[in-house]
Amino acid sequence: MSEYLVNIEHERLSFFTPAGEVKALNDVSIHLSEGEVLGIVGESGSGKSVTAYSLMGLTAYPGRLLGGTLDFNGHHINDMTEKEFQKMRGNEVSIIFQDPMTSLNPVYTVGNQIREALKLHTNKNKAERQARAIELLELVGINEPEKRLKQYPHELSGGMRQRVMIAIALACEPRLLIADEPTTALDVTIQAQILELMMELKDKLGMAIMMITHDLGVVASMCDHIAVMYAGNIVEYGTTDDIFYNPKHEYTKGLLRSIPRMDSREHERLIPIEGTPVDLLNPPKGCPFASRCDSCMQICLREKAPVTYFGDVHYTSCWMNQKAELEGGNGR
Amino acid sequence: MKENPNPLSFQARISPEDFLPASSEEKQSLVIMRESVSFWKDGVRRFRKNKVAMTSLAVVILIMFFSFVVPFFYPYTYEQQIRGSEHLAPMEYSEEELAQKAAGENVFPHVLGTDKLGRDYAIRVMMGSRISLIVGLVAAVIILVIGSAFGSIAAFFGGWVDILMMRVVDIIYTIPDILLIVLLSFALKAPLENLAMVPGFGWIQVLGRNLISIFIVFALLYWGGMARMVRSQILTLKESEFVTAARALGAGNARIIKKHLLTNCIGTLIVTTTLQIPSSIFTESFLSFLGLGVAVPMPSLGSLASDAINGVNTYPYLLFIPALLISLIILSFNLLGDGLRDAFDPKMKN
Amino acid sequence: MVKYIIKRLGIAVVTIWLIATLTFCLMNMVPGGPFLSEKAVSPQAMAALEAKYGLDKPLFQQYLTYMSDALHGDFGDSLKQRGRTVTSIIATKFPVSARIGGIAVLTAFCLGVPLGCISAMNRGKLGDSIIIVIATCGIAVPSFVICTVLMYTFGVKLGWLPTLGLSSWKHYIMPVTALAFYPTAYITRLMRSSMLDVLGQDYMRTARAKGVNRFVSLFKHALRNAILPIVTYLGPLLAYTVTGSFIVEKIFTVPGLGGEFIGSITNRDYTVIMGTTIFLATLMILMNVVVDVVYKLVDPRIKLK
Repeated sequence: MSEYLVNIEHERLSFFTPAGEVKALNDVSIHLSEGEVLGIVGESGSGKSVTAYSLMGLTAYPGRLLGGTLDFNGHHINDMTEKEFQKMRGNEVSIIFQDPMTSLNPVYTVGNQIREALKLHTNKNKAERQARAIELLELVGINEPEKRLKQYPHELSGGMRQRVMIAIALACEPRLLIADEPTTALDVTIQAQILELMMELKDKLGMAIMMITHDLGVVASMCDHIAVMYAGNIVEYGTTDDIFYNPKHEYTKGLLRSIPRMDSREHERLIPIEGTPVDLLNPPKGCPFASRCDSCMQICLREKAPVTYFGDVHYTSCWMNQKAELEGGNGR
Repeated sequence: MKENPNPLSFQARISPEDFLPASSEEKQSLVIMRESVSFWKDGVRRFRKNKVAMTSLAVVILIMFFSFVVPFFYPYTYEQQIRGSEHLAPMEYSEEELAQKAAGENVFPHVLGTDKLGRDYAIRVMMGSRISLIVGLVAAVIILVIGSAFGSIAAFFGGWVDILMMRVVDIIYTIPDILLIVLLSFALKAPLENLAMVPGFGWIQVLGRNLISIFIVFALLYWGGMARMVRSQILTLKESEFVTAARALGAGNARIIKKHLLTNCIGTLIVTTTLQIPSSIFTESFLSFLGLGVAVPMPSLGSLASDAINGVNTYPYLLFIPALLISLIILSFNLLGDGLRDAFDPKMKN
Repeated sequence: MVKYIIKRLGIAVVTIWLIATLTFCLMNMVPGGPFLSEKAVSPQAMAALEAKYGLDKPLFQQYLTYMSDALHGDFGDSLKQRGRTVTSIIATKFPVSARIGGIAVLTAFCLGVPLGCISAMNRGKLGDSIIIVIATCGIAVPSFVICTVLMYTFGVKLGWLPTLGLSSWKHYIMPVTALAFYPTAYITRLMRSSMLDVLGQDYMRTARAKGVNRFVSLFKHALRNAILPIVTYLGPLLAYTVTGSFIVEKIFTVPGLGGEFIGSITNRDYTVIMGTTIFLATLMILMNVVVDVVYKLVDPRIKLK
């Protein structure tokens, strides 16, 4: 399936901690085409970041890939060496992290850290690198770029630092940009600016974006496709319209009920999802969401739901849909 | 791309009852919660898993047993000079003792030999470890009390009080400790000897004034590090919400320090105190080596090593045994402290 | 920066004055004087001696005289070593201690930092365990034990190294080893924990995500951050070590300042005690100022105020 820029099939990944095997990813499949924006939504620990990191070979020490295939831009990630990863990272795929406060090295100037990426992946000379760094800062909307390049991260505001992170990520014009909760640590007004900037740059540079977030509001406005993750599984996948207007998994429905809506009537209450996420050390054998699900059935306790398709793209694994089909309904 | 083109192939195995709603009890039974553990329980569990720390704890307990319990029923005492038994090698008997043995008497062997005055070396080493341990423990307690009180007061009041108190710490840090120890042991000579005459203070004579001046010096000098650490801890805690909350509820300064601040840095305090013990033992052995430690005939590991240095070419074991023991004690306390830190320091949790 | 240094030096002068005063009071509070041990001295001769050194004057006047002389750089004559000024004693003894101490600190730094890094990079593996066990043993062995063991094995039993004095480079090996032992072990442990801390930071992940290789990420991104605690430790360590260790100097018969200082205390050589204490304190405070300035150079976040 080489038409995809990113093609992850049935990825399984565990962290082998002293307390036992933490099954972070159970059968995750993700596809992403050139220039497309995919949102990965889920609560903390659902495996959304791990999926992205494993694509870059950044999985931290006790983590191990147990199965599945990962392909990116013609690379077969499964059997890449660290050297090959180094060539790829920051060049073909870049990442922006959640906390811009701690993601920049405090003892080097902004300029130094931007130029480093250029030095690693291009054969530009010193003057060219400087010119490119200035260009990049202008691109991400930082004024007085020459002055900023000489400053240290602690002299910049949070939003400014995140812009610098984006500049570093875009330095070599990657095919894919992974944004790992890029706005979570920022003020609301800054959040909007950063998201807008990212979309603008996407259109300008034509890269694909993998947007990892727990905020449905973020994905609604900018993503083409959305994958909803829960406890290391993709529970529902579809276009943004599918997910927002025709959710098929109880978890997705719950998520949508729990966000405030602009068009809601005055006293409509938000409905939280009760309970706590599953313990990935001892994952249940049935549906991982069963214990928190309002429509939980006998079979959900015993067995994982099979995948049900609605059209070409939209799929989910929830027994409710099986029930509907079994009862002769058409599932829509 | 469709993994499962016909999901309904499951049908055969699925009966309509499977789609009946599950009760909330059934749902709850799925939730295999990891037992929720408190900070302390979790720490203890992690500590128990740490083999190195558990081994050093065992070593410390073993050494304590030998230095505090065994001497009570050991057949020799530390100041007992056995004539004719000078400079015996380990497990060696003197001629007289051999004669006694021949006569059928039960003579306890000199496990580690004897020193130049015919004193059994094993009991001297045990007593020496006892002194070293006492010094380490007492000094650690003194430093803990003074250091944490000083540090928390400075941090809590802040402003010029803080500046002034920390300047005092800086100055104390800069005075050479040897100078104070020597001067104090001279200065305290007369008052302590007078005090020893007073009934109830006879123990001063036994401990020796040097040892007491060592304690006083610890109390005067070495709490600086502890004070700095407690201060920086509290400065961060002070800004936290729960202190503001306590203040809003009307809690007084003393209560906030005691209840909220000290309890929150207690883990770090325990660790620092444990790591303070070896460094006090270190200092004591160094002072004893200089001849500023305990009074003769009371031994400490440092003075035993120091006494043995002159004869090291002929009787190297007299040096190596106390030297090894000091190193072992310091090592196990250090490893114990490291283990406690790994288990209880919240920052080390990963 | 300059303003900061001037301010720090101002505070330093006040601190040194306080320490000098404190030492002066302590010294005179203690019963007994410098000439008591010399039993043969007649009362007249004693009075003459005391008059010569100004010890018969009221204490406060002695203090004022000493302080004003000290301000002019005159720390007086030694009471016990006839005809030698305190300045000349420090000037001859300090370079000896400083040379051994300086080499020892340099050795400790050059060994401890790489060992700590290697250990942290291989966390949990065999190499890490070996290094950390040796380093922990290293901080557990008192210096007199190291000195005597070195002396016994290499000096006496094997006879490979000379045991007395400092006449050739071979003479330096044992004292330097003994002095460097503890700091090496300490720096190794400090470097390891600080390195582990830094390796877990977000910016290290950023560096990897940029495609930086292990080597560069260690030397460029981690080392400069991880070395900060070492800088803090190095200042006081240097001040302590270059002023000489009494034990090392005694066992290897090195004519250094450490031995001189202990000697002067037991002899009640007041002027030498005062002189060396002031010297030690000054060195210590200067080192702390240097550390703060170096810190500022390594870490741009630090603001000197």
